[in-house]
Amino acid sequence: MLGLNKKDMTLLIAVAVLTMFAPFFLNPFPTDSAMAQFNAGYPDLMQRFVIFGIFAIGFNILFGLTGYLSFGHAAFLGVGSYAAVWIFKLFTYNVVPAILLAVIVAAVFSVLMGYVSLRRSGIYFSILTLAFAQMMFALAYSVLSNPKFNLTNGETGLQVYPNDPQMFHPEGMQDFPHLFGLYMNSTYTMNVGPWAFDFNTGYYLCAVVMLAVFYLAIRIFRSPFGMMLRAIKSNQTRLNYTGLNPRPYTLAAFVISGAYAGLAGGLMAAMDPLAGAERMQWTASGEVVLMTILGGTGTLIGPVLGAGFIKYFENIFSKINDAVLHQWFAFLPDGLEDFVVFIIHPFVGKGWHLTLGILFMLVVIFLPGGLVEGGQRIGKWIKNRGKSEDSDAGPKTEPAE
Amino acid sequence: MDAILLQILNGLDKGSAYALIALGLTLIFGTLGVVNFAHGALFMIGAFCAVTLQRFLSLSYQTVSETEKDFLGNPLKVETPYVESWFGPEIGASIIDWSTPLAILLAIPIMMLVGLIMERGLIKHFYKREHADQILVTFGLAIVLQEIVKYYFGANPIQTPAPDALSGVANLGAWFGLELAYPVWRIVYFCFAALVIFGVFAFLQFTTFGMVVRAGMADRETVGLLGINIDRRFTIMFAIAAAVAGLAGVMYAPINPPNYHMGMDFLVLSFVVVVVGGMGSLPGAVLAGFMLGILESFASTTWATTTIPGINQIIIYLVAIIVLLTRPRGLMGRKGVMEE
Repeated sequence: MLGLNKKDMTLLIAVAVLTMFAPFFLNPFPTDSAMAQFNAGYPDLMQRFVIFGIFAIGFNILFGLTGYLSFGHAAFLGVGSYAAVWIFKLFTYNVVPAILLAVIVAAVFSVLMGYVSLRRSGIYFSILTLAFAQMMFALAYSVLSNPKFNLTNGETGLQVYPNDPQMFHPEGMQDFPHLFGLYMNSTYTMNVGPWAFDFNTGYYLCAVVMLAVFYLAIRIFRSPFGMMLRAIKSNQTRLNYTGLNPRPYTLAAFVISGAYAGLAGGLMAAMDPLAGAERMQWTASGEVVLMTILGGTGTLIGPVLGAGFIKYFENIFSKINDAVLHQWFAFLPDGLEDFVVFIIHPFVGKGWHLTLGILFMLVVIFLPGGLVEGGQRIGKWIKNRGKSEDSDAGPKTEPAE
Repeated sequence: MDAILLQILNGLDKGSAYALIALGLTLIFGTLGVVNFAHGALFMIGAFCAVTLQRFLSLSYQTVSETEKDFLGNPLKVETPYVESWFGPEIGASIIDWSTPLAILLAIPIMMLVGLIMERGLIKHFYKREHADQILVTFGLAIVLQEIVKYYFGANPIQTPAPDALSGVANLGAWFGLELAYPVWRIVYFCFAALVIFGVFAFLQFTTFGMVVRAGMADRETVGLLGINIDRRFTIMFAIAAAVAGLAGVMYAPINPPNYHMGMDFLVLSFVVVVVGGMGSLPGAVLAGFMLGILESFASTTWATTTIPGINQIIIYLVAIIVLLTRPRGLMGRKGVMEE
């Protein structure tokens, strides 16, 4: 169906079900219970899950398939945000043109950046993209916000002001991004007993877009074009000797991933009409690298998992403070309780980045395939254990590929 | 003429920091073949060595003064640093005053230890893996180091003044009949950087150890076949590179109050410097460091920023892009080394 084989279709359907019913899945605890802080089903966070999912899926098309590690993808996200906010400022609050323009502008920028950066590979490519992105960040932060030509509004961030023209913004509409009248911040809350589930228009827009681009990513992975990109990753020299020029393929992959980043940026602006330069800084690019690696580079579902994982734990860990910790470990004897809290304290709350860094290092060292590989290994281990119990352990032969 | 000289001087101190960090990066890349994204964090740790020593020396105890009273009429509590009571007030005060230069003595062993632990504990396992993996794991390490420092020292910059004797402004121009006033500490920084750079080069050039290391950089396997434990020497070089970055950080503390993300800020630029100078070329890194520092300061003049707005922000990256595209091995890189 839809040109996918059975396995991919199952994956797509699974992702579709998960995203569509996310408000239920992410709110498993009743609102008043002590565990409610682990709920992630509020609109703002769910939007971030899918938006960063889109960003990471796009990044994975470049890094996962071709192996080119870009440290500058956040620049496209920032550019997309700026483009979308400019549409809001000048024309209309409808998100469709804003998102379209965000994608187009990001794609144009990525053509320029990719054309230059892809002349080099390996670490040089990383440094070139890093240099470009930092350059764009520096420009957006300072020069492009001078009074004569204020494109980015510098440190404050670009936002919509009451005296902006907004030519096609009808009277009587609210001042918030909408999809033909459906406001992005409108939320329907369903109360079932002690539970409360939020259904947010913005989230569902992002989720539908993410499903679409996820489908596109599956098609790219399975297409001859995708095979070509993998060939570039495994042995570019051989490809050259075969008489194929890899550059158009890598450039295409770069532009596609840039457009994905722009889409994510556009959606981000649509959820909250504000764009700041800090979205373009290289640490932001580092974050999407983390998501992709943590989830599983070169796998389909990995980046989405990684994005969800990082954003969820960022949110949860940041909320845990000493009081919560004391509550958790109250069953321990007093001295031990204080000691445990003392040990955990640096890793939670403001220390979330410390946990993230350690986690990331552990993943790169021990589990280069990320969470997906971890899952596969556990799966295999369980399977093998079951086998060795009921079948006699003889030398097993692996079938050749 | 004065203005040009002043810009060159302005460029020199930033350039020396770039040169020192880039020198360490290149040393690590040239010996171990590892791209170390945590090098900026080492610079930052160096700067915090200065902060730590300053705090440590200023540790004091309270005594109640018998003669003086505060404005409420209560006996005045006087804080006396321990060093002042041990060595007498004058020597004690000057020890505290000179804490930043003294931190060099503290930083060298600490940074070498940090370098050794880093190399033996982590980077050793990454020689055989791809550059991308090396970048990623050291990037993770940089985040961790940075967060640890943030946890203990907070997120705000910490003022670490230079000694009084070196914190004024020197009128350099007096010797040449020009109007040229310049902060003393920046001149000290430049001289210090030059000294460290000469030290490293002399060490590599004139000692047997350095000779072996250079031989190992040229052909690691053959040196290994000759029965020399090249890995151990490279580990020591890693420690030295860490110490160089740390020293750069210690002395930079009075110029720019240390904060936990200063390493990251310098790292990106230092990479650019290494690339411009040529991956694996030590003189190239130093030359490119000073050159880009001076170029940056010229681009920051009013004349330059009014002609091309924002040029001061992007000049280094622009130069890097141009160099990478036209001469990928860098200004002084060897032919055929990492030219892809």
